[in-house]
Amino acid sequence: MTARLAVPKTYKLYIGGAFPRSESGRTYEVVTRKGDFLANAARASRKDARDAVVAARAAVSGWSGATAYNRGQVLYRIAELLEGRRAQFVDELRRGSGLTEAQANREVDTAIDVWVWYAGWADKYLQVTGNGNAVSGPYFNISTPEPTGVVAIVAPQGSASGDGGLLGLVSVVAPALVSGNTVVVIASEAAPLPAISLAEVLATSDVPGGVVNILTGSPAEIAPWLASHADVNALDLAGASDLDWVDLQVAAADTLKRVLPPEPGVPAPSVERIQFFTETKTVWHPKGII
Amino acid sequence: MTLEQPVALAPAERAVQLIGADLTEKSLKLHLDGLSGVDAVGLEARAAGLATRSIKTSSKAWALDTIIRLIDLTTLEGADTPGKVQSLVAKAMNPDPSDPTTPRVAAVCVYGDMVADAVAALGSAHAAGGRTGINVAAVATAFPSGRASLAVKLADTKDAVDAGADEIDMVIDRGAFLSGRYGIVFEQIVAVKEACRRRDGSYAHLKVILETGELNTYDNVRRASWLAILAGADFIKTSTGKVQPAATLPVTLLMLQVVNDWHRLTGEKIGVKPAGGIRSSKDAIRYLVTVAETVGEEWLQPHLFRFGASSLLNDVLLQRQKLTTGHYSGPDYVTID
Amino acid sequence: MSFLEYAPAPESKSILHLKKSYGLFIDGDFREGHGTPFTTISPADESPIAKIANANAADVDTAVVAARRAYDRVWSRMSGSDRGKYLFRIARLVQERTRELAVAESLDNGKPIKESRDVDVPLVAAWFFYYAGWADKLDHAGLGAAPRALGVAAQVIPWNFPLLMLAWKIAPALAAGNTVVLKPAETTPLSALVFAEILQQADLPPGVVNIVTGAGDTGSALVNHPDVDKVAFTGSTAVGRAIAKSTAGTAKKLTLELGGKAANIVFDDAPMDQAIEGIVNGIFFNQGHVCCAGSRLLVQENVHDEVIDRLKQRLSTLRLGDPLDKNTDIGAINSKAQLERIRTLSDIGEEEGADRWTADCVIPDKGFWFAPTIFTGVETSHRIAREEIFGPVLSVLTFRTPAEAIAKANNTPYGLSAGIWSDKGSRILGVADKLKAGVVWANTFNRFDPASPFGGYKESGYGREGGRHGLGAYLQSGWHAPASRQLPASRVEPRTSRVEPAASRVERAETARAPKKGSTR
Repeated sequence: MTARLAVPKTYKLYIGGAFPRSESGRTYEVVTRKGDFLANAARASRKDARDAVVAARAAVSGWSGATAYNRGQVLYRIAELLEGRRAQFVDELRRGSGLTEAQANREVDTAIDVWVWYAGWADKYLQVTGNGNAVSGPYFNISTPEPTGVVAIVAPQGSASGDGGLLGLVSVVAPALVSGNTVVVIASEAAPLPAISLAEVLATSDVPGGVVNILTGSPAEIAPWLASHADVNALDLAGASDLDWVDLQVAAADTLKRVLPPEPGVPAPSVERIQFFTETKTVWHPKGII
Repeated sequence: MTLEQPVALAPAERAVQLIGADLTEKSLKLHLDGLSGVDAVGLEARAAGLATRSIKTSSKAWALDTIIRLIDLTTLEGADTPGKVQSLVAKAMNPDPSDPTTPRVAAVCVYGDMVADAVAALGSAHAAGGRTGINVAAVATAFPSGRASLAVKLADTKDAVDAGADEIDMVIDRGAFLSGRYGIVFEQIVAVKEACRRRDGSYAHLKVILETGELNTYDNVRRASWLAILAGADFIKTSTGKVQPAATLPVTLLMLQVVNDWHRLTGEKIGVKPAGGIRSSKDAIRYLVTVAETVGEEWLQPHLFRFGASSLLNDVLLQRQKLTTGHYSGPDYVTID
Repeated sequence: MSFLEYAPAPESKSILHLKKSYGLFIDGDFREGHGTPFTTISPADESPIAKIANANAADVDTAVVAARRAYDRVWSRMSGSDRGKYLFRIARLVQERTRELAVAESLDNGKPIKESRDVDVPLVAAWFFYYAGWADKLDHAGLGAAPRALGVAAQVIPWNFPLLMLAWKIAPALAAGNTVVLKPAETTPLSALVFAEILQQADLPPGVVNIVTGAGDTGSALVNHPDVDKVAFTGSTAVGRAIAKSTAGTAKKLTLELGGKAANIVFDDAPMDQAIEGIVNGIFFNQGHVCCAGSRLLVQENVHDEVIDRLKQRLSTLRLGDPLDKNTDIGAINSKAQLERIRTLSDIGEEEGADRWTADCVIPDKGFWFAPTIFTGVETSHRIAREEIFGPVLSVLTFRTPAEAIAKANNTPYGLSAGIWSDKGSRILGVADKLKAGVVWANTFNRFDPASPFGGYKESGYGREGGRHGLGAYLQSGWHAPASRQLPASRVEPRTSRVEPAASRVERAETARAPKKGSTR
């Protein structure tokens, strides 16, 4: 019996819930650590970034308007789907990033656990980061964190910590989503395959199209367009340490974007990451009985 | 909910003009429910802001005299006697024997059965419809509770008018108002107004007491003020003085705002009378400021604004003496009535 | 004679012991600056008040060095409760010298004494009281266990609420354990220098608070000083943007409180008399020199005429004049430059076709004045509907539905504040949810409180001042612990050990630092 001829996957971008090729028609070769060809990934252009921001903006109202309980369940569902596809991710991490089976298993486990951790925050971060305020006067006064809007992210680009492209991505996307932001994320350039597989998970989940938009390609090429885009509210430079990230921060200052500087390795799960992409809104109302 | 036969209301002129010829309890209620709400904190903050104004010394002399001219000097006790009323009238006519430039008060306010005594005591000083002189105001309509049949209330009113009262201070039926029976409140005011008619066809002025302390909410005060004006009130008055809280600055401000609204709408000027609890000149000046900044200085005349008070007069006299002599006076230097 | 010609009831200036000239307050003492001194004037009559030292870059450096030394040697080693006691002392001294501070503020800024006396200075004391209590409770600020101070804070404040903005900056910074170099605005340095005397009376250790006076270059030298750990700025969006750029790539933690163009939305079911007061307070409070001013009035079309009528009637009772007069409602515009800007934008409003109405006020001969002004018929495309005028000028727009009101309110790069007037609770909460603004006042406006966070969305800046959130702007969170403790266990351990619940990690962290309680950080 001859070996069955495999059917390779075409890796594309994920924008507005669809899987388009780059409008530029460009791709780049994704190779194994040994340099063997793995796949052609789409090389996103500035116009793809622009389209992604439009899709993300359109999705803000629905996603941030969903109840926190609903967002939590939708996010938890992602973890369920990731668990179901763990073999595929392990395989991609081993082939694409050269992880051992044990390392790949660990990364997938951790990514799922991080996702679950963040999913559980959806209906709690408000209680922890907001508060009622005892003002001096007959007023009801409450401060609540609200999503800042569209968050552009440079995902961790793989590092000594053994990130194969999944955990880093999950660790920056999930916290931004929890409060109701939508996301445009530039995946690891060297290891984009888990990102697109994650997109497939998102596409088959209950996450509305446009809530997460994933671009593959060159962060150095795309990030400046996102940093200077006036309709982006915040910029997470987690994986930008090898870029001219100060320039990105300067560009972001033109519209006073909230900017998280680069972090070595994979950002640790934290409530702070959720809070960073929120705006505290304080509402006053008089209290009177007559 | 079923469609009930509409209860037609007396076609009081103002109400008909504003709400329509087929005036019913229902149309009145819809009208009153459509009034804008009142935010208590905002109202009280505005009143507190007005209370911080300070006035010129020259204005102060004018203000003190104005307060005296706007006072309804009042005695409303079960123990009132002809002698007490005579004493009150004497004080009204000559508030400060040591200073003949002291103006007289606007009116004396007594129970209906004391009207004749007041009229007699005033003698030629009784205004009796004239521009000068002192009016006699009578509380009527089963004051202060208003808990009596309409027939009794009308008889109470007629008695006072017949005895020579120039002004009738009636109370509304707060029970009816609080239970939503606005039609009853309205009809009673219209009927009392008609009972104010004298034999010669002229009318005693009608002040309608809302008893704001019992209406409790500012929204109710606004509705009741509007209702009283629609039914024909010449004045809207805060309180009987028998219920706490009586007049407050926020409540008076609110009633002045209603009067301002009415004026903007119709050009007609309605009077306002805070009564009860205003004891010091300082307080009274705050009311003057509130009147002037809400409806204008024009309202600071006896036919548009009154203070219902008894002890206020002596405090004003003490302050007046201080202005004249430059040193503080004492209670032994003003007369008791 | 009109009864309403209230007494000129000026607050006596004699309460204020003014010096002829003021130096820089560095390391606990006043000293000469090396720049050319300037004169601060009263905007009400353009008369000079005092000569003020001008800090050049070297002076700024001296101040930062003093702040660093005080941080290293004194303030960072002091217990939280002792820091708190100093702040309580300051609060009390401010209360004791309220009159004097209010007079200084009204004299130098031009704001009515009733505002400086009843709003600004009492809030200054309240701010110090509030944050004083936080100084020994930082572990409970929601920033993880043992949050740390940042170090030296560079603070640059505007001229609209000179002393209040100083309090907003200094109180949380000191409570959190930072030391401070603060630069007041060039046109309003006076109250900060009187405040420096209060710090001396409070016996605050030298260098913990330094006050350097000067113009933009002084501020620039301060925020760009390499030994500064934190920059806090309140002022224009243009300057805020420049600071965001110049601090990019540095470790300086930045908070910005910038401009605004707040929508004050009046629905047809509003408590109308209070809404009118709210509109007046929203835009004419402090001559409209308020970043969160309700400068765009959005009125439901069916009540537009009524609202405008009532508003005009109300505005005609406002009294413009001597800021030190207790009856003054509208004081002087703070500077000639600001007056020019207000005039220019108002002229543009007319040219763009909006209808201008100005209250009938007697304008004093000397000084900088602008009568309360309303523009009706303003369209969303007009410059007076988009640009911050920062003066007593209201732009009135209309809307038909709540959705349209929300869309118009949010249609601005700013997002500092907003107002809602309606008697319907569900609508208030629903609209408040959808407004992109950091502070939403419903059925009230321009309320401030030290317990209540204040700050903007979008180009109105980032970070919050006031409340627990304001404290966080001056602390390094305790969550920034070594990465190994923060990460889910399975990242560093075999997969059998799954992610620990977050709570237990927190508990462990708290237990770990418990013995250090009360010690220095």
